[in-house]
Amino acid sequence: MTPLLDVHDLRVTFGSQEVVHGIDFSIVPGEKLALVGESGSGKTVSALSLLGLVQNARVAGSARFAPDTGQPARELLHLPERELMGIRGREIAMIFQEPMTALNPLYTVGDQIAEVLQLKDGLTAREAWKGAIAALRATGIPQPEQRANAYPHQLSGGQRQRAMIAMALSGRPRLLLADEPTTALDVTLRGQILDLLAEVQQHNGMALLLITHDLNLVRKFADRVAVMENGYLVEHGPVAEIFSNPSHPYTRKLIDSRPTREVVDGAIRAAPVMKADGMHVSYPTVLPGLKGWFKRGRFTAVKNAAFSIESGRTLGVVGESGSGKSTLALAALGLIPHQGELEVVGRRWGPDAASNKAIRRMVQVVFQDPFSSLSPRMTVEEIVGEGLLVHEPAMDAEARRERVLRALADVGLAEMQFPALLHRYPHEFSGGQRQRLAVARALIVGPQLLILDEPTSALDVTIQKQVLKLLQRLQRDKQLSYMLITHDVDVIRAMAHDVLVMKDGEILESGPVHQVLDAPRHSYTRTLVAAAS
Amino acid sequence: MSGPTLASSSIEVADKETLAPAAAPVPAASQSPAARAWRRFRRNRLGFVSLVIFSTLVVLSLFAELLSNDQPLLIRYQHKFYFPMLYEYAETTFGGDFPTPPDYRDPFIRKKLTENGNWVIYTLNPYGPGTLSYFSKYPFPSPPSAENLLGTDERGRDMLAQLLYGFRLSVLFGLVLTAIGVVIGVITGAVQGFFGGRTDLTFQRVIEIWSSMPELYLLIIFSSIFAPSVALLVILLSLFGWIGLSDYVRAEFLRNRQMDYVKAARALGVGNGRIMWHHILPNSMTPVVTFLPFRMSAAILALTSLDFLGLGVPPGTPSLGELLSQGKQNIDAWWISIETFAVLVITLLLLTFMGDALRDALDPRKADR
Repeated sequence: MTPLLDVHDLRVTFGSQEVVHGIDFSIVPGEKLALVGESGSGKTVSALSLLGLVQNARVAGSARFAPDTGQPARELLHLPERELMGIRGREIAMIFQEPMTALNPLYTVGDQIAEVLQLKDGLTAREAWKGAIAALRATGIPQPEQRANAYPHQLSGGQRQRAMIAMALSGRPRLLLADEPTTALDVTLRGQILDLLAEVQQHNGMALLLITHDLNLVRKFADRVAVMENGYLVEHGPVAEIFSNPSHPYTRKLIDSRPTREVVDGAIRAAPVMKADGMHVSYPTVLPGLKGWFKRGRFTAVKNAAFSIESGRTLGVVGESGSGKSTLALAALGLIPHQGELEVVGRRWGPDAASNKAIRRMVQVVFQDPFSSLSPRMTVEEIVGEGLLVHEPAMDAEARRERVLRALADVGLAEMQFPALLHRYPHEFSGGQRQRLAVARALIVGPQLLILDEPTSALDVTIQKQVLKLLQRLQRDKQLSYMLITHDVDVIRAMAHDVLVMKDGEILESGPVHQVLDAPRHSYTRTLVAAAS
Repeated sequence: MSGPTLASSSIEVADKETLAPAAAPVPAASQSPAARAWRRFRRNRLGFVSLVIFSTLVVLSLFAELLSNDQPLLIRYQHKFYFPMLYEYAETTFGGDFPTPPDYRDPFIRKKLTENGNWVIYTLNPYGPGTLSYFSKYPFPSPPSAENLLGTDERGRDMLAQLLYGFRLSVLFGLVLTAIGVVIGVITGAVQGFFGGRTDLTFQRVIEIWSSMPELYLLIIFSSIFAPSVALLVILLSLFGWIGLSDYVRAEFLRNRQMDYVKAARALGVGNGRIMWHHILPNSMTPVVTFLPFRMSAAILALTSLDFLGLGVPPGTPSLGELLSQGKQNIDAWWISIETFAVLVITLLLLTFMGDALRDALDPRKADR
């Protein structure tokens, strides 16, 4: 079969730096090709450059696009902008990771789809509106007539992604570029969106180029896979073959990057590090309309939570976005008030900062986003050493520097790799290294409990594995307890001793990790586990 | 505690997760964000040249007394040195008739000071800000001539001296007003943004009431109650000058206090003051720094406008606004308006170029080449 798109020796250069170093791949009609790689591997740039969508880049090589519509093959990279505009959205369409930013918040989704139809097919406004509703119906959105009148913010994440797919498909493209289409969605929704994509792909016979970092997704979804590393295409072939017999070491590394369990099942000791019973956390909310003038509503984010974390053990808290798991973390840290019982090393959070200071030392935190969790205007020494300033103000600068270096060594950062490590600023470190800095900042005050709020979600898979290994080693060495908050069942499986499953602020299920994940009692847990495997 | 049993666990602790020595070349020296912004600023040629020129002009104007003065720098009279800028001498000292301070521009005194081996060093421009050219050959306002390089104003004062001292006053006024505005604006904005909630609401309402007071009328009323002075102007303009900045700082604080690094600092038990000062403030300074040149040019313009209207500095003080209003009244004395206008435009342009360069240097989206 003649390929629909044949890319040969594609090179993308920004300024004087080449980021894609001559890659070749092709897609035949009706095929699902996955372009896999970690962040910075050039996968998105490669795909977007085909449509001339990368600004300030020089693109060289060849990309022949030969749709099976009788038109002659065209060289995408040399087409004038006017003709490319005709191809974009019509013959080659795109869907993006974050539908909230890809849809215009000021227009209803119906308007936005109808606009495409008017523009590309020359339909009248009335016909286009009908077409928009049909397109929405085809993506399985319930009540498409009403939903077409909804603004993007009125739809749920999954519905938004469906609306975006409807918009992309309304031009009846021959090729769909899907850039991380499910990454921003909750795990239980990911399967549905992929099923939808597979279904429309079958139905329309179009080809699909999936750009992703998620190997699980590739295994389940794609026909062929191309693996990219640092701008090179290191390996490609049928999915089954690559997964069962990867030839390139990088592919092997990616496939092996599933976190492994290296934790000690510490015995349950008498006094737990943290113990909660009947704990509630609620926020005041503004009531709509005139009612909001006189009283405030309350939104309960965590309802009736009960758990305990013992020394040297990990409690995994798993749930989707909005399930209240991060609120639980903030309440456990004493940063937001709660009702009910919560004891930290036998003490309770009080209203005044002075009495809480001793407890603060015992409970520390590592956040998800390695870029916002370190102040960009402080040096490594200032960031890591700050805890000592607060808790051991009498310590002199020399001793403090000693302790900072020791904490950095604990997390695997040494001056050997980074000359003048202490005087560097966070922007000079990669995501994984920044996360190590965050761990060092937490560890320096000698806590017993570390609250890990999605500590690896923003990291590439291979880096995620390194950070998890680091956390496991620290737990073994220092008898640390963790409260690990994540949406990733694989991470829970590798790290946790006990698990809480949360949804809508409630704890649906809790117990030892094997019991909860291998024999889930609640249907929601079963969905979670199934979506992750 | 049974640490040892756990440590000697059966798990093989392969320390694979520690970082390999950095393969990519790590830059040897580290630069603070401020240093990088400074480097980017310097790369902007127009902005950097503006900064150099502006600083030179300001420094020169700070030594205005040594450049443009009716008192000579040094007199050698009958084998003795005299320093008229430091000490006041009587005219009789130099052979005059009166025991009053001498007018060194008086041809008689000049003659005395230059004959019989006496000598005198005048400043580059031998006029002070208030010196009247009694000995001019032309009626006032007199056009540019060898005596008064840029002409005189309607009262016979040297324009070059007027402009030099007027520029200094404007710039110093702008600096003081900006500094006061920044201090008050940052403090109020930081308090509102950091504490949020009720504090923020109350402050916002107070600011709304405050900013709805008619500034110009207050100035007119106060200038008729109190004797006009530069200090009074600084106080009155400062009362209102901080509001705009406070809003920007408040917005930055509201945004930054949600950041994870602030939460992490709270979890460490860091106090509010230290969080505000060490964590949030350095990350909230971008709008403050970016607006500095623009605020200064606004302050200079405000002073000029008030002087032009006669509500500004007391009469007799050299000021650009007062010169502009003289230029308006003596429209045929073109040199007054054009020279003042040129000084004003150049000052404001330099400030604007600096502001543009600063904004680009602090823009996080700009590439760090």
